[in-house]
Amino acid sequence: MDNPTWQLGVYAALKAAKISQIGYVPDAGHAHLIQAAHDDPDIQAVVLTTEEEGIALSAGAWLGGQRAVVLMQSSGVGNCINMLSLPLNCRMPFLTLVTMRGEWGEFNPWQVPMGTAAGPVLTAAGVHVRRADSPDDVAEIVAASAALAFDSQVPVAVLLSQRLIGAKVFVK
Amino acid sequence: MSRPNDGTLDRREVVAALMRDPQDLLVVTGLGAATYDVGITGDRPENFYLWGAMGGSAMIGLGIALAQPRRRVLVITGDGEMLMGMGALATIAAAGAPNLAIAVLDNARYGETGSQYSHTGHSTDLAQVAAACGWTRTITARSMTEVEALRPRLRTENLFAVVRISAEEKPRFLPPRDGAYLTTRFRRALGIPLG
Repeated sequence: MDNPTWQLGVYAALKAAKISQIGYVPDAGHAHLIQAAHDDPDIQAVVLTTEEEGIALSAGAWLGGQRAVVLMQSSGVGNCINMLSLPLNCRMPFLTLVTMRGEWGEFNPWQVPMGTAAGPVLTAAGVHVRRADSPDDVAEIVAASAALAFDSQVPVAVLLSQRLIGAKVFVK
Repeated sequence: MSRPNDGTLDRREVVAALMRDPQDLLVVTGLGAATYDVGITGDRPENFYLWGAMGGSAMIGLGIALAQPRRRVLVITGDGEMLMGMGALATIAAAGAPNLAIAVLDNARYGETGSQYSHTGHSTDLAQVAAACGWTRTITARSMTEVEALRPRLRTENLFAVVRISAEEKPRFLPPRDGAYLTTRFRRALGIPLG
């Protein structure tokens, strides 16, 4: 598995933000974070069947005095919309890191619709959207987004661009 | 017409029994009648009522249970709300949360919207679903004697319980629905400092 330096920086930023629950629907772009979470005795890593479960998990974590983050792929954003009423109504923090598909050298046309819509629909649902395109500033963007989410108690999504992650290569 | 999962129990009697002497039990309620049923037993800061976010009650329970491993968490919800979040039964079984229990008030209907039959009124047995997802303790209660026996188990075990209630509609009882208020008082009851 690739282990780019920026992924280590993102994990360090989540630890510095005192995250203790990580919910995820797997994506290759999150593979390092998921493995690091499972290897970390101070983190409870929860595999989800669908992304909106992560929003409810995060709400429960906050009610219980912990902080959570949800890892998902852009295709999962569409599954989340109604559940986003939970952090908004309850003035709870919500933080998600979204690996983008369908925007940079995409091979699979089925990824394009949600890849295009992810940012606008999150914004429409009341989520603050930030975007990381460069490995040099992704950790800083995650750190600032965590501060925004947990200190100001608002929902925040960080879109990790497909150019940053690397387009998935399909080999025949 | 009788359906395979039609129940006879009075939902308010069931919830009154489950909530009797709640002590420091942390309770999450699914939207609709489950919220009213728990609310009418006596509002308390340890009750977190959902008025929306359908399908989210079990996962909220999991988040609390993981964050508060020394406290007991009970999710009380309806069959429709549980059906919408059915994947959570797999997620919770995989995560493991010994301090979490779920009680589903199953009237086999969507009571808020005109009593249309839900999937449990057609073919689905939620206790069997939970068992197939990996819950090792599941039970279906059909009498008040069985409900009384459930009460201590829901406070000590990682138990998934289905309670077959009648479809009779009850007068609405409206507990607080300001989510920020419910959140703040719940955290305060747990002694979590204000941010």
